[in-house]
Amino acid sequence: MLWARELQGANVVFKGARVVDPVEAIDATLDVRIDDGVIAALGDDVETNEHRVVDAAGLVLAPAFVDPHVHLRTPGREDEETIASGTAAAAAGGYCAILAMPNTDPIVDTAATLGSLVESAKREAAVGVGFLAAITRGQRGEELTDMGELAELGAVAFSDDGVPVSSAGLMRRALQYASTTGRPLALHCEEPSLTRGGHVHDGVVAAELGIGGYPSIGESVMVERDLALAAHEEQPLHLLHLSAAESVAALRRAREHGVRASGEVTPHHLVLTDEAVRSLDPNLKMNPPLRAESDRLALIDALRDGTIEAIATDHAPHARHEKDVPFEAAPFGVTGLETAFAVLYSELVEPGIVSLPALLERMSAGPARIFGLRRPRIATGERANIVLIDPNGTTRVTENGFKSRSVNSWLLGRALKSRIAMTLAGGAVVFE
Amino acid sequence: MTIHLVKDELRPPGGSPRRHLISIADLTREDVERLLGTARTFASSLEREVKKLPTLKGRLVVNIFYESSTRTSSSFELAAKRLSADTLTVKSVGSSVDKGESLKDTALTLGAYDPDVIVIRHPQIGAPQLIARETTAHVVNAGDGKHQHPTQALLDLYTLQQELGRLEGLHVAIVGDVLHSRVARSLVQAFALVGVKCTLVGPPALLPRGLAAEQTTDIRVTREADVLYVLRMQNERMQPGANFVPSLREYTARWGITPERLRPGQKVMHPGPMNRGVEIDARVADAGDALIQQQVRSGLVVRMAALYDVLTGGPTGVRALAAAEVA
Repeated sequence: MLWARELQGANVVFKGARVVDPVEAIDATLDVRIDDGVIAALGDDVETNEHRVVDAAGLVLAPAFVDPHVHLRTPGREDEETIASGTAAAAAGGYCAILAMPNTDPIVDTAATLGSLVESAKREAAVGVGFLAAITRGQRGEELTDMGELAELGAVAFSDDGVPVSSAGLMRRALQYASTTGRPLALHCEEPSLTRGGHVHDGVVAAELGIGGYPSIGESVMVERDLALAAHEEQPLHLLHLSAAESVAALRRAREHGVRASGEVTPHHLVLTDEAVRSLDPNLKMNPPLRAESDRLALIDALRDGTIEAIATDHAPHARHEKDVPFEAAPFGVTGLETAFAVLYSELVEPGIVSLPALLERMSAGPARIFGLRRPRIATGERANIVLIDPNGTTRVTENGFKSRSVNSWLLGRALKSRIAMTLAGGAVVFE
Repeated sequence: MTIHLVKDELRPPGGSPRRHLISIADLTREDVERLLGTARTFASSLEREVKKLPTLKGRLVVNIFYESSTRTSSSFELAAKRLSADTLTVKSVGSSVDKGESLKDTALTLGAYDPDVIVIRHPQIGAPQLIARETTAHVVNAGDGKHQHPTQALLDLYTLQQELGRLEGLHVAIVGDVLHSRVARSLVQAFALVGVKCTLVGPPALLPRGLAAEQTTDIRVTREADVLYVLRMQNERMQPGANFVPSLREYTARWGITPERLRPGQKVMHPGPMNRGVEIDARVADAGDALIQQQVRSGLVVRMAALYDVLTGGPTGVRALAAAEVA
């Protein structure tokens, strides 16, 4: 279930856009007319009626993006992000829907907390927001939440993101019980006894800098455990923010053996390696950490062959004063909603590593499919959930340019190729 | 603003306005040789009756120590005083740091006094860079987390050169807790710069993979080395239950440096503070082949050279003394 505030459906015609919808197998220069927020006509020289006409020659028109992994910091840290600011950032990044993680303060583990978020989203959200609820009360890894009630209220999935479910026995119970709700578990895979004191990938850079290492096996042994449990219980699961080649290999193997497992990857893990950490910029500190080049290449391979179905930003806003400290003292996490497409277009599509249709699929249809959301489609009769991209534009990343309340972006100061020109979500123009 | 301009004009010509000493990785072999040369020059000046040089008269050197230290803080302070600089030492205990002041605010506060050099020791990597960003001072790293302790590595090179007459071709075995040691990380890089062969020896969990030196868990390998460099077993960095080694007793039995494990004439170094009876036997620490006191003495002249070098952009040692005498 997604919630957003009521907005006026748009009446607009896009003339001569390159329309790309990889799932509908469309890649053609077309006009698109939207009547009261619904795609009404798709073709050559469509009637413009009395609508606003947008000359979209040279622009790409595609299904808007879906981000399955966002931290909206509400309730508790509204100084870092709110539903209003986070969804505005999402709109600016070309997203029509985002899923918010429950590791807020308080944790989203009761009907009351979830209900209040839903009410806020109906008032404030510029794009559709779905909420995940916690797997365990207080994310303490001890007792399951009332998953049935939370699912009825609209929880999209369950996650203890930020911390792992350490007990294998409890994870098994969670898989068993979640099956009655029809909602997947989204798992933060980390074995704490292997990652304690770790701030960066346990490789050459950690050894040379003397920063505590967070090894690949700190992720992959938990991925293996959870995949084994999911296979045993014949239940689906989703693996959050994969970073290590070993994890990707395990996911691929499990899928080949029929386990209903999915995975996501962040833009930073697709673009950066731990070499970047040598700068000691606290905006390069995230959990899981940036890994080796061989891991990065394995993630790209998995994204291309569909082992990894979704790109997730893991948008994690942090207050300026909390990141303005030495690297080891800084919290994990970086923002990403407003730069995800542009950085991936610059680093993966332009150099010919990933095709534009593949990137668009992993940013929209892929995550929608995993979480059972209605897939944004370019088809007549569909509500307009559309992103208009200028592939020749430039996205300049500056502190003042963000809609997000936080500025902890690793891309500050960079000029990225391509630019989001317009976003329509739920039929309304939410960004241009 | 005007004051800054005047100050810049008074800096020795040719000196880049902002030199720091943060990591050995930033240095070339030439830099290391220049620093050691300057230290030798200062050492000869200390043999005179009046030991104070006017070189840094009117300069302000601020020492910020966020970790306890005897050797490093005292030698930096004395080094600055021997060069006639004004000094100010701030320790985290008893300062606003106790009240939760951030490093950034401490830097801004002390930066307001317009120091020429800030010497910083901090438990976290990146603290010297933060000071460099937030102030206009030259920054000397006196130890940041487990990352670097460049003046320790330089004073160790200086000691080796003085005591063994050369650096190139020497073989040093570094024994112990390499994982938590900023000294070891600095030394591995410094040894590579000057052609000293380096072997890391210790329990497997305390030898991080990826350092540019040979590694072994076999203590017998130390017999092949000219020098044993013994690292402190950093108890305070060992979290309970981490099990890097089963016990200190077991560590001492297998990797502790005892007279029996030394070849006659083998030199022994230790950056201090020592845990006698743990990583080093008291008989070894006090023996004639131990260079531990020489290391402490070298610390003073090497830190004088470091302060001089960041402020001047580093002419050679001979010219350094000439410049010192002119000043």
